[in-house]
Amino acid sequence: MSHPPLAAEFTANRSRAHWHDKALWFVREKRDRMANSVPEWEQLREHASAIKMHTVSQLPLYLEQFERNALALGVHVHWAETAEDHNRIVLEILQRHSVKRIVKSKSMLTEECHLNPFLEKNGIEVVDTDLGERIVQLRNEPPSHIVLPAIHIRKEEVGECFHEHLGTEKGASDPAYLTEAARGHLRQKFCQADAGITGVNFAIAETGGIVVCTNEGNADLGVSLPKVHIACMGIEKLIPRVSDLAVFLRLLARSATGQPITTYSSHFHGPRPGCELHVVLVDDGRSGIIQSSEFRRSLSCIRCGACMNTCPVYRRSGGHSYESTVPGPIGSILAPLKDSEKHSSLPFACSLCGSCTDVCPVKIDLHHQLLAMRGLLGQRRLIATSKKLSMKFVAGIMKRTWLFNLLGKFARLSLRVLPRFAIYHRFNPWGRQRELPEAPAKSFRQMYADRKSTASNPGDKSK
Amino acid sequence: MKVALFIPCYVDQFYPNVGMATVAVLEHFGVEHEFPLSQTCCGQPMANSGCMPEAKPLAERFVEVFDGFDYIVAPSGSCVSMVRHHYEEYFDHNDTRSRKVRENTLELSEFLTRVLGVTTVFGSFPHQVGIHQSCHGLRELRLASSSEVMKKRDDLLKTLLGNLDGIRFSQLARKDECCGFGGTFAVAEEAVSCMMGDDRVNDHVQAGTEVLTAGDMSCLMHLEGIIRRQKRKIRVMHFAEILAEAVNVPSTARR
Amino acid sequence: MSSASKNSAAREAILRRVRAALPQSTPLPELPASGPWQTFEDPTTRFREVLESVGGLMVRVPDVGAADAWLRDFEPWKKSATRLTVIPGLGDSTLDLNSIDDPHALEHVGFAVLKGHFGVAENAAVWVTDADVRHRVLYFIPQHMALAIPASQIVNNMHEAYGRIQVGGYPFSGFISGPSKTADIEQSLVIGAHGARSLVVFLIEEW
Ligand code: SF4
Repeated sequence: MSHPPLAAEFTANRSRAHWHDKALWFVREKRDRMANSVPEWEQLREHASAIKMHTVSQLPLYLEQFERNALALGVHVHWAETAEDHNRIVLEILQRHSVKRIVKSKSMLTEECHLNPFLEKNGIEVVDTDLGERIVQLRNEPPSHIVLPAIHIRKEEVGECFHEHLGTEKGASDPAYLTEAARGHLRQKFCQADAGITGVNFAIAETGGIVVCTNEGNADLGVSLPKVHIACMGIEKLIPRVSDLAVFLRLLARSATGQPITTYSSHFHGPRPGCELHVVLVDDGRSGIIQSSEFRRSLSCIRCGACMNTCPVYRRSGGHSYESTVPGPIGSILAPLKDSEKHSSLPFACSLCGSCTDVCPVKIDLHHQLLAMRGLLGQRRLIATSKKLSMKFVAGIMKRTWLFNLLGKFARLSLRVLPRFAIYHRFNPWGRQRELPEAPAKSFRQMYADRKSTASNPGDKSK
Repeated sequence: MKVALFIPCYVDQFYPNVGMATVAVLEHFGVEHEFPLSQTCCGQPMANSGCMPEAKPLAERFVEVFDGFDYIVAPSGSCVSMVRHHYEEYFDHNDTRSRKVRENTLELSEFLTRVLGVTTVFGSFPHQVGIHQSCHGLRELRLASSSEVMKKRDDLLKTLLGNLDGIRFSQLARKDECCGFGGTFAVAEEAVSCMMGDDRVNDHVQAGTEVLTAGDMSCLMHLEGIIRRQKRKIRVMHFAEILAEAVNVPSTARR
Repeated sequence: MSSASKNSAAREAILRRVRAALPQSTPLPELPASGPWQTFEDPTTRFREVLESVGGLMVRVPDVGAADAWLRDFEPWKKSATRLTVIPGLGDSTLDLNSIDDPHALEHVGFAVLKGHFGVAENAAVWVTDADVRHRVLYFIPQHMALAIPASQIVNNMHEAYGRIQVGGYPFSGFISGPSKTADIEQSLVIGAHGARSLVVFLIEEW
């Protein structure tokens, strides 16, 4: 399906759509307050952007440096060209250790690779341990937001889900009660797990270490008990220096949830004694994006989710309407880069308001990229023929002033004389909830000409 | 100073009064102007729909029509941003003629404050005005500070309107959220577009807006469409219309 | 193909593709520890305010003894059957950490008193490393936690913080700011997600 009908479905339940909109706007406002409390905020954004641009321009160097340093720390470094390779690598590691159960913290990369169903098919129990992710996992649906995976779900629905799966009291919907139940349930899972999988927020080239940020502590618990820790990352997660972390950690949580920093910012440099740490470096199309001057900057994304929280379309259409792992503005660039045919409606699910660009902590020019993506889809003939034809048609008119004037006159006249039913019908989406402009008798150019011709009359004091 | 009026195609056809108000305001400040008759559309609708090949001839035509003027002034931030920020890709990097046209195309409030140096306008407009910050004026042309960016900028509309006798401004819950017009977005994503517009209108209703204004008629066309359909009691005026009306009323401050 | 050779083939392929069309190199910004960054007139006050805003509690005491006295009167401490401390004189331990080889044995720790190196005023984060505990899970598994740092050790911001630590020197190190929390159900904040349900940071003047 494409975005508009799914969005229409979401907005049709107006009170729910408003609830969703408000929940995210609340996060956006928290972010504003946090950003405002840092005098050098805009400078930090500049730095973050510059660090990311620099890193990508020297990526082979930094990848090699990272690998070298990680190996020296006793980390196993794996390279995966595709999502399938990534999944296979992870499975092989797990099988080597006869792992039956894993706990996993949030990782958009593993979502992108569809790791969970793959592991489950191979007989491994996968438990997502981030509360929001656990909720959507139990409900058997994908996350609708990259930072707030269950933002689309009401607490009553969480209550029902937990009643069914965790045996909480029927009808109970208090978030504190439900969170407590999940805590108990997941503690068990943490203690039973044979391996822990995490994502990576930042990988430091100069030390070979990785940094994982969470609020719940789930990533840390998940990898501090079992003997095997597998960290999965896209190759764009690299940063050159430890000092760069200062910039990113100052920006990340403030942008994401309006917190000064995440509760836990854990730096992993090598395995625990007697244990193993594996890092899987995944390409899966990223090297192709690096080659594109137009879309390269999309790789600077630190997955804070701020562009989703601010996007007026996302807030009102819900994450699932995007039908892609990463929704919202950044997802509407990344998804068509992966499969432009399947996701061709996403770059148009945008009013080009530019709020995402202004909110993005790494200064990705999101709305310009969305515009460029529309052009790319046009080149690939992935724009609806009707749209293309009508644009051709209008452009044809606009190239000829006389035709523009004539048709303008005709349009105004039609609007004035036609009965309502001839104007407001099901083929006029503009008029379903809106009036068309009241058509004036004369165009501006006529009025301007009339005025000029009477301008010599000294009695005429035009207003 | 040779100033050309660039009146966007839909303003020409559907909002001639906005064009005339622009003329009146420019004349109020003693600016001589011309309206090149062969102008039509800047190509924004095509470009925003991913139809760059269709937009290109219109961009070339625009440069043709407006070449030779010192300034090209339009009552629309969106069209100005198309010319100034997005024409680049349609012309050769070394093409000085198109560069000059691009750089000298200004939105009306920009022209008034930055070129003419207007800091106060004397006049009277005793109404509560709700400013809708049109996105392209705000985040492309930077005609005010956007709520996302932690940097203070002059709010040009407030500069121009703020001194009018009797004017009050609405305090909105969301001071610069998009209205949901977005060109073809308004039709392609009708449901979201209208919900966004509806939310903006409600914000203004809550704030007690009597007159809703903006720098872009396209946003106002969409919002007015909703206001009229819902029979709300809000008058919709382009800021040029407010200025034109205000300076015609004798002001106490003027004397 | 063996996994090792598969791995190096993939490595070569990725690096080759990334090299294929690298953009022009752009400079890396200088990030001095004392740059144009936010500082505070009274970093400790800021630390306290921010810590409270993220659900933690700062307790400033003259010495370890005073911290100990405070702790023994603290409800979560009193209620915890299984307790652990790594700071002599601050609380007591019901478990012998050195005799525990498997971190799973720490599952039921109710309260742990651990060492922090310094705090960061701008975000109430405390720097910890696994050099100070045998099992790093102790930072995450106890029901309640206290971190003790010398009162003089509060830096202004993250740049200063990274300027003074040896990242990479420990298999595990990190910042902890407040107790664990989640807002995943309807954005309502719940303290005590998977990790500590409460966090006390002792600022000890004479240590
Ligand atoms: S694109 Fe920017 S705002 Fe959006 S998630 Fe990525 S870093 Fe955050």
